[in-house]
Amino acid sequence: MSEVTVTPPETEAPPTPAPRRPRNWLKIAGVTLFLVLLVLFPVFTGTDVAYLKAGQYVLIGVVGAVGLTMLVGQAGQLSLATPFFLLVGAVSYAVLAGDSGDSGDLVGLGLPPVVAAVGAVVICGLVGLAFAPVSGRLRGIYLGVASLSLVFLGLYLGQSLDMLSGGTSTGRPPPTFAIFDFRFANTEPAPTILGVAVQKQQRLWYLFLVLAIGAYLLARGAVRSRIGRAWRAVRDNEAAATAMGVHVTRVKAGAFTISSAYAGLAGVMTALWLDLVKPDENEFVGTYSITVAIGYLAMVIIGGLGSIPGAVAGAVLVNGLPQLLTLGATEFGWFADARFGGPSPVLISAFVYGVAVVLVVMFEPGGLAAIGRRLAHVRAARPTRGGDRG
Amino acid sequence: MNTFLQLVLNGLGKGAVYALLALGFVVIFKATEVVNFAHGSLVLIGGYMVYATKDALGWPAAAALGIVSAALAALLIERLLIAHARNADVNSLALLTIGVDVIITEEIVRRLRADIPFIGDPYDAQPLQAAGLTVFRTQLVALIVGIVLITAFFLAFRFSSWGVAMRAQAENREAAALMGIRSSRVTATAWLLAGALAGVAVLFMATQDFSGAGLGRGTHAIALIAFPAAILGGLDSTVGAVVGGLIVGLTEALSAQYVSFEFSKSAVFLVMLLILVIRPSGLFGTRELSRV
Repeated sequence: MSEVTVTPPETEAPPTPAPRRPRNWLKIAGVTLFLVLLVLFPVFTGTDVAYLKAGQYVLIGVVGAVGLTMLVGQAGQLSLATPFFLLVGAVSYAVLAGDSGDSGDLVGLGLPPVVAAVGAVVICGLVGLAFAPVSGRLRGIYLGVASLSLVFLGLYLGQSLDMLSGGTSTGRPPPTFAIFDFRFANTEPAPTILGVAVQKQQRLWYLFLVLAIGAYLLARGAVRSRIGRAWRAVRDNEAAATAMGVHVTRVKAGAFTISSAYAGLAGVMTALWLDLVKPDENEFVGTYSITVAIGYLAMVIIGGLGSIPGAVAGAVLVNGLPQLLTLGATEFGWFADARFGGPSPVLISAFVYGVAVVLVVMFEPGGLAAIGRRLAHVRAARPTRGGDRG
Repeated sequence: MNTFLQLVLNGLGKGAVYALLALGFVVIFKATEVVNFAHGSLVLIGGYMVYATKDALGWPAAAALGIVSAALAALLIERLLIAHARNADVNSLALLTIGVDVIITEEIVRRLRADIPFIGDPYDAQPLQAAGLTVFRTQLVALIVGIVLITAFFLAFRFSSWGVAMRAQAENREAAALMGIRSSRVTATAWLLAGALAGVAVLFMATQDFSGAGLGRGTHAIALIAFPAAILGGLDSTVGAVVGGLIVGLTEALSAQYVSFEFSKSAVFLVMLLILVIRPSGLFGTRELSRV
């Protein structure tokens, strides 16, 4: 239990709950119900795939935010590079699984999609590792700004390496995802769940759901284990961490690598979600832009730095709200005057999450996770507890 | 050779603007240890006020109004938010400014609608020809204004009582408070000053000469380039901010000419990475020593 000594008592719980806690049946029932609802989500939405698309987008955010919260909240490093790794993940998937296109001017290796997806995640991890000379040495804000350079670099490389990225004008279509012979596309006949045909969007929803849950569980495991303790030790005091035998440089670079791999997975998902891989035209608006970097950072702040469930909640708010508002715009005619300077879905959601970030920092540094804990009267001591960064 | 000289002059002009922005970051950082991510939105506020009033008031009055509004906006952020979140640690406060930045930027962009106005009326798009050199007038004016303001800043920082108080507080907050220095006043003036510098900078940024793009999200992104300037100079060094600004300006101008325009922004960041790998606290930043 020696790790506890390097962390302030109010931010850290004992790393392993020594006596096994009695099972919290209420919580188990709640989680089960939540999962059942998620599995049945395509049944509720029926043939209207717009809601499914919105849900898929939230799940992409979940994967990215969970990866980022480990880096920012647990290891105490700031990163604005998420969009860069989204781009690398998306392009890697398209290159590994894709073909050379109609005119043959694209690079495509034609690997099976599963291999390509795993490969894309590995590539992102390796790129993250290659950033180690920077990510291992810099601290906090310095790393944040340094990581911003990757976004600019990604923009430039995406624009200039047409044969990989497809270029800014057309982009390139990502190959349909498939697990052996099961393709994530529309087929006839399609399997059904409770009378609803499981077509492309439904299949992608389940794929994303499995990926998000896997990402969540892996992250929770990391946070609760030796790796997570090392991260928090480095976050709270590098000198003390070194004294405890933690290799600070390696741990910091490692946290960046893992976070990059998560963002890479989110990138593969983004490619499948958009059905298109296309680099942005500038650095401030687009799928892989600074705005996205700030959005991801907002997710983990709002959720509570370092909290894995909090990151999920943040992703729901930051990625879900604009999608929901856009749905409202198409279905109920909201924001009709957006083109004439009126509020738009993007504007409203930016306001909401901007205000949320300010309020969280000022009044509840633990974020939604801390609020949730208090509401649920969950025991204060939990290994995933975020707290403010020391 | 002429091209090179021309590039250097234009690069220095751009560098002066980045130096003004970076100086703002550094002043705020020295006073409060907060990294102000909302700097880009202060730039937008200043620029928007100029755009909104220049037809009615004339350019000089509008420019003055823009500078004052950017300064007041910075003061408001400090007084309303930062000053009330004393207990939050400085990294959280940096994140808070990201929230502020999102709100202000989206609002200004909404107000601008489809417009991307140029706001450097008196000097924009009137290149000067002299001794075989073509120099953008904007960059030249920026360079002169930058030199004047930066000199004034360093004189004030060195000799005025505000400067002494500011340096004392940056050195040791508690000791300064015990010596009778009002920390809240020092902090407030630091934000005010940084806002005003951002308000001046935008007068040159949203021009055809500087970026070829008017006021908008792009201006906000340009303000982000002042980040590398502050970081590579060292976040707690005022000299570093100026040197950093000039390095960034020159890197951008030279790489845009000799490599490609698209590469120029990446080049700025690559130079910063290179410097950070060698000196993790920047060129002039205080190194944090820790022995274990």
